[in-house]
Amino acid sequence: MKNSSRRGFMGKAFGAVAGVGAVASLYAMKRSWDPLPSVKAAGFTTLDMSAYKENELVVEKWRGKPIFVLKQSKEMLATEDKNMSQLTGKSTAEMDKKRLIKVGDDYFLVCVGLCTHLGCIPGYRPETKDFLCACHGGMYDDTAMVIKSPPPRGLDIPPFKVDGMKIVLGETSPEYEKMLADGVTLKV
Amino acid sequence: MAHFTKATSLHDWLNQRLGIDTVRRVMATEYWIPKNINFLWAMGMVLAITFGLLLISGIFLLMYYQPNIHLAFDSVNYTIMQEVGYGWLWRHVHGVAASVVFLVIYIHMFTGIYYGSYKKGREMIWISGMLLFVAFSAEAFSGYMLPWGQMSYWAGMVITNLFSMGGLHMDGLVEWIRGDYVPAQAFLNRFFMLHVLLIPLVILGLIGLHFGALRIPHVNNQDGEEIDFEAESKKYLAGDKANSKVIRFMNDFMSKDMMVVGIYLIFFFYLVFYHYDFAMDPVNFDPANGLKTPTHIYPEWYFLWSYEILRPFSTNVGLIAFAFAQVIFFLLPFLDRSPNAVPASRRGLFKYWFWAMLIDMIILTAMGKVPPEGVFSTIGFYAALTFIGLWIALPFITKFEKKV
Repeated sequence: MKNSSRRGFMGKAFGAVAGVGAVASLYAMKRSWDPLPSVKAAGFTTLDMSAYKENELVVEKWRGKPIFVLKQSKEMLATEDKNMSQLTGKSTAEMDKKRLIKVGDDYFLVCVGLCTHLGCIPGYRPETKDFLCACHGGMYDDTAMVIKSPPPRGLDIPPFKVDGMKIVLGETSPEYEKMLADGVTLKV
Repeated sequence: MAHFTKATSLHDWLNQRLGIDTVRRVMATEYWIPKNINFLWAMGMVLAITFGLLLISGIFLLMYYQPNIHLAFDSVNYTIMQEVGYGWLWRHVHGVAASVVFLVIYIHMFTGIYYGSYKKGREMIWISGMLLFVAFSAEAFSGYMLPWGQMSYWAGMVITNLFSMGGLHMDGLVEWIRGDYVPAQAFLNRFFMLHVLLIPLVILGLIGLHFGALRIPHVNNQDGEEIDFEAESKKYLAGDKANSKVIRFMNDFMSKDMMVVGIYLIFFFYLVFYHYDFAMDPVNFDPANGLKTPTHIYPEWYFLWSYEILRPFSTNVGLIAFAFAQVIFFLLPFLDRSPNAVPASRRGLFKYWFWAMLIDMIILTAMGKVPPEGVFSTIGFYAALTFIGLWIALPFITKFEKKV
């Protein structure tokens, strides 16, 4: 009896030591899988917005992800209310204007070029002024709002700061915070 | 301490120290297999041999492969394919075996379903087998990343994105799995580690469990007959081999097994030498490019059925349907409420359930391969609904099945 209770104590003591060790090593393992500081730090891209042409998609790169830049033409801005969302059945006009970034006198769509469904790169069709994702058939209008599912939301907009005719990606600004507050985009 | 005597032979010397006669008796000569089986019972050995082929070819590939995003593509497509003597052989054996192993797994699974080999004490055989299926799937996916071609990169992108759990937006988890915002060096390195060490270790352990799970309930037979292995083996050992319902695992059963393996290997090497291209997607011969998605992204054929269950729905519903498809086969022994462990042909409605499930999975596989447009989208959608419906119906149709 005395022996077995002593063994019981030793078992519990070992269990406690092993438990602490197991939790500590799981934490170390989790941290080892984290993105490296060097990966996280390499994160700013500056774009000169005066170089883009209307209705011509240019793909830039930020944090390894493709960034779509699409300068809106007068016609594109004028026809915003004709785009109907398949998700809500309503015009996307109101949301559309909130998604564009004003630089000088021009409006730009700047967004992460990865489909919000499963991350493929949608292709832009200048004739129909929409994006089509070949993977699962999702479609977006010219401000990258969803017009055909499966994507759950429009393309995400990266943090940006307008600086004269330039914008800096990776740095936030009151304009970007407003987009987040309006629910125009999710934090990237 | 045990008592040792002067050895009369090398065999005796080893036997005194390792008990090799006992090992041989337990593992081979007195491990009993029913006589009433057919060639489908050889699929386990076919799988073991294919795993061996994957292991050996993998060892040779590992000697020249470079897990670096700048070197990986050329180390496979130039060094191994052009420079290494017979490097092409190891690559084609590895690629073809990775594809064919799933064909045999599916045959092995559907054999088990048809003959009711997951019931009456054989539940752990089924569950350990399903765990092996999951481990092989992870092994196939991680291996597919390594050549770092366009399909590697974009399959990696799409599959890791599944872990954002759709509407839950767990992007932090996705970045944690990748070790970067997009698949890059950290991603390739850790999937290399998973492919060559961690998952193979898990697979070896699970194979041990799968074989171990067979010992007590024994192998099923063509009629699901409950055999008294004790009594039948006594008959066999007493010399009445003709009337005994069982045979030795080795050499009796193995000789038939290896006959099937021989035929299989002829088919296998025919593929390796003349039709290896079916296992080599042409898109993956373009190097990975994070700024350009291939026009159509589809997985290898063996994942198409579950991919097609994901595809026709909106993100969240699709993910739930996909998760359902991944786990539901595990529950087969518990969703089948009938006590009958006989072939599906003698089980009333279950016979139709079995063939409907098989055909539905073939349709899902075919629809997963074509672009998600027009009539294919519609067929895929109904096939996915049928898959879910069949599983929901299973407990009901088996509950009212007549006892045979």
